[in-house]
Amino acid sequence: MPTKSIHDIAASFSRRGVLAATAGLMLGLASISGAKAADDTIKVGVLHSLSGTMAISETTLKDTILFLIDEQNKKGGVLGKKLEAVVVDPASNWPLFAEKARELITKDKVSVVFGCWTSVSRKSVLPVFKELNNILFYPVQYEGEESERNVFYTGAAPNQQAIPAVDYLMKDEKVKRWVLAGTDYVYPRTTNKILEAYLKSKGVAQEDIMINYTPFGHSDWQTIVADIKKFGSAGKKTAVVSTINGDANVPFYKELGNQGIKAKDIPVVAFSVGEEELAGIDTKPLVGHLAAWNYFESIKTPANEKFIKDWQAYTKNPKRTTNDPMEAHVIGFNMWIKAVEKVKSTDPDKVIDALPGIEAANLTGGTSKMLPNHHITKPVFIGEIKGNGQFDVVWKTPGLVAGDAWSKELDGSKDLIGDWVGKKCGNFNTKTNKCLGSGS
Amino acid sequence: MPTNLSARLCTFVLSLFLLAFALPAFAGPFEDAVAKFANDDYSDTDEAIGVVASSGNALAFPIISALQDGRLMADLDSKKVYVTGTDGKSIDAATGQPVASVPDSASAVRLNNRLRRSVDAALGSLTLQSPDLGARLQAAQSVFKSHEETALEPVESALAKETNRSVKTALGDARAAILLFKSDATEVQKLEAVATIKARGDQEALALLSDIGSDQPASVAKAATSAIGSIQSSLAVWSMVQNAWYGLSLGSVLLLAAIGLAITFGVMGVINMAHGEMVMIGAYTTFVVQEVIRTRYPALFDYSLLIAVPLAFLVAGAIGVLIERSIIRFLYGRPLETLLATWGLSLVLQQAVRTMFGPTNREVGNPSWMSGAFDLGQITITYNRLWILVFTLAVFMILLAMLRYTALGLEMRAVTQNRRMAASMGIATSRVDALTFGLGSGIAGIAGVALSQIDNVSPNLGQSYIIDSFMVVVFGGVGNLWGTLVGAFTLGIANKFLEPVAGAVLGKIAILVLIILFIQKRPRGLFALKGRAVEA
Repeated sequence: MPTKSIHDIAASFSRRGVLAATAGLMLGLASISGAKAADDTIKVGVLHSLSGTMAISETTLKDTILFLIDEQNKKGGVLGKKLEAVVVDPASNWPLFAEKARELITKDKVSVVFGCWTSVSRKSVLPVFKELNNILFYPVQYEGEESERNVFYTGAAPNQQAIPAVDYLMKDEKVKRWVLAGTDYVYPRTTNKILEAYLKSKGVAQEDIMINYTPFGHSDWQTIVADIKKFGSAGKKTAVVSTINGDANVPFYKELGNQGIKAKDIPVVAFSVGEEELAGIDTKPLVGHLAAWNYFESIKTPANEKFIKDWQAYTKNPKRTTNDPMEAHVIGFNMWIKAVEKVKSTDPDKVIDALPGIEAANLTGGTSKMLPNHHITKPVFIGEIKGNGQFDVVWKTPGLVAGDAWSKELDGSKDLIGDWVGKKCGNFNTKTNKCLGSGS
Repeated sequence: MPTNLSARLCTFVLSLFLLAFALPAFAGPFEDAVAKFANDDYSDTDEAIGVVASSGNALAFPIISALQDGRLMADLDSKKVYVTGTDGKSIDAATGQPVASVPDSASAVRLNNRLRRSVDAALGSLTLQSPDLGARLQAAQSVFKSHEETALEPVESALAKETNRSVKTALGDARAAILLFKSDATEVQKLEAVATIKARGDQEALALLSDIGSDQPASVAKAATSAIGSIQSSLAVWSMVQNAWYGLSLGSVLLLAAIGLAITFGVMGVINMAHGEMVMIGAYTTFVVQEVIRTRYPALFDYSLLIAVPLAFLVAGAIGVLIERSIIRFLYGRPLETLLATWGLSLVLQQAVRTMFGPTNREVGNPSWMSGAFDLGQITITYNRLWILVFTLAVFMILLAMLRYTALGLEMRAVTQNRRMAASMGIATSRVDALTFGLGSGIAGIAGVALSQIDNVSPNLGQSYIIDSFMVVVFGGVGNLWGTLVGAFTLGIANKFLEPVAGAVLGKIAILVLIILFIQKRPRGLFALKGRAVEA
């Protein structure tokens, strides 16, 4: 059976490759932490895809956690012990995320997990974290409508990204007509539902809103860009709010540039395009298009400058960019360290109870706080794309914005709050004074 | 060449200014306005643009064009503003005095979209009578867009002097746009303006006419409504043409991705799931070629794709031959096992590229001849799509000729039609197998060069094309290159006519369902092979 052997070779080849890479990482880490025995270390799980479609975004976050652990160990670790990273590769495969999470918690006995990118991967590991009672720090902006006891959301909720961005366009650019363009999955659909409700509450008519969804990895944008151009020529100032995800962005922006849609005519504000995504495009035709984030690499604060310097030294790459989800991991990691130091234990129950109220400095000069709904307070920035692939901040919220787990714009969720301190409930209905529990 | 142009303009205006430089400078509203650029505040900058543009000062043009290009430097502490010329020499923006060097503390004055529009409008009225044809045309167009009343006089005086026909038309349009929105313009003027804008007939005309507001005389409002109707109906026809063009363009991409598969799967019958990865390897070859050119021979950048095409063919072709020799030749006649083995291989190749080049996208630049677009009637045709269509057809023709007229082509056809007979005639069949697979892979590599121009260059590039490629080959008819051609264009056009109606997601689903139904009816595809060639 020559086939079988070939197939086996192919399979074991890639598996061995992953093993070797992980082993290499562990070795590197062990040498840094002084090769302590396993019992003397606190284990930190890293659950980010290192292969498959999401590797493009998640690999950086894995490196970020390794970097943070390295820095923490240089300061002497935590509770007198060194931290040790356990890196697994869920390979952009949603069921595999749950398997790997279980492996991290039961086999490797990690105290906390930093991981996931897509909402579907988070939903896939949720039951595991609940069942085995562990902690997940989730660093990516997401659609909200969730507050779980075992999950801490350090990325932006819609009211920390989408709504301020729309406000900016409405006030500063006087936008009257809106294209909501997104990839066809849960995050864009929920965000667009929230935005549509919000725009209508601000008096925007139905015919001035165009909603458009495209499949993952969509690469032929000619028709849609032409439609946007047409929609924008109705005599009212038009803007595009883009929740287009991942790889589809590059051909989208290329098509915009080629068809001559300039930011000064129809600006595009994106929620999933950061420094990393722009690295693959020539940004000169895109100058002036916008992105809304809670962090930009170009923000000049001493904390950020030090972080970028240390990060580039750690990765030995003077051009390595930083981005918003990385900062979320920085904040989440520091909050976890503080909580562990506060209760002098890594026991998940104690840490979960200690986390709300913990404050940690963010890289843009403020101090973020963990809220009872397990979301954090964050500043919101609007940045314009510059010719060098970086962003120029053109607007920011006056203070920090508290993350809403449940959107105030949607009928189904406007009465709900998450409160794990007083009510011990993730979906408490303030009208009926009842906790909906996990059944909803 | 906008930079060239503004450089020339700059030197022209600068020299003009230097002639008039004997005049003493007073601190007046102009100087105050210039100092506002150093406040790093968007509304102050906006105000300054307005004052400077209407000051009539000879420095207005160099200042505002420098602002547009990011060459206007402001020192926030000393409130000094400098214009850095494209030749590297600098002047003090308030006085025009040459300065030896701009202090390091100065940074370029920042712009946002609102300010960019102000800059465009200001530059528009300043360059209406520029000696450069392109600058005048651009100026007229930006006045058309901003249609501010203050521009009427400059437009009219420029119109009187203008000799070039296309600039004249643009100026006429700009004048009409201003009159249409001018509150004290007469009814006759406004009606004329509506007629002029109607003749323009594009989407911008439509936008302008829809925006005129309700305070217009009844006759003007009526004329505008009828003009909107006629523009809309002509645009509807154009949108059909546009869909057809988009369909052709999508079809050419599909054809390009599928054409290599038409050889490996269509002619040889190998279900090659690693086909997409050959496309990816071609794209990465382009990236490497561009990197080398960028660092060593920047002047050659416009030829980078021409250099990449043969290299991508060789790299992907060599890898194809290697795969055929080491894996596929053991699996002929076992489609399921080939499928699994090549699928595994595709994962290995992806991960190998990810390890070598990193997981993030790589930037492959567009050479200047592939950037931008031109207007054909009321549709916009982008150069990159046009060239890809031309390139695809050229590749197709060359491949067809190769199979038809070369000895290797003859051997390939012989082997695939009847292996034993071919072997008996003295053809080294295993050599031909390897070369055929190499040819198919090499062509996939060439496709990668073209696709790098419109898509991401990432390890996942191939995955997004593999399904579409199989779809095209099966739909067109296995074993028939013409079938692949017709199949690709049919699917492309059908997709683009469905997309505006059903949306991109539903459109794609509808196409898949249609193909499944079609295959039920005609299992061998559009152009089925007949006679003895079928399953020898």
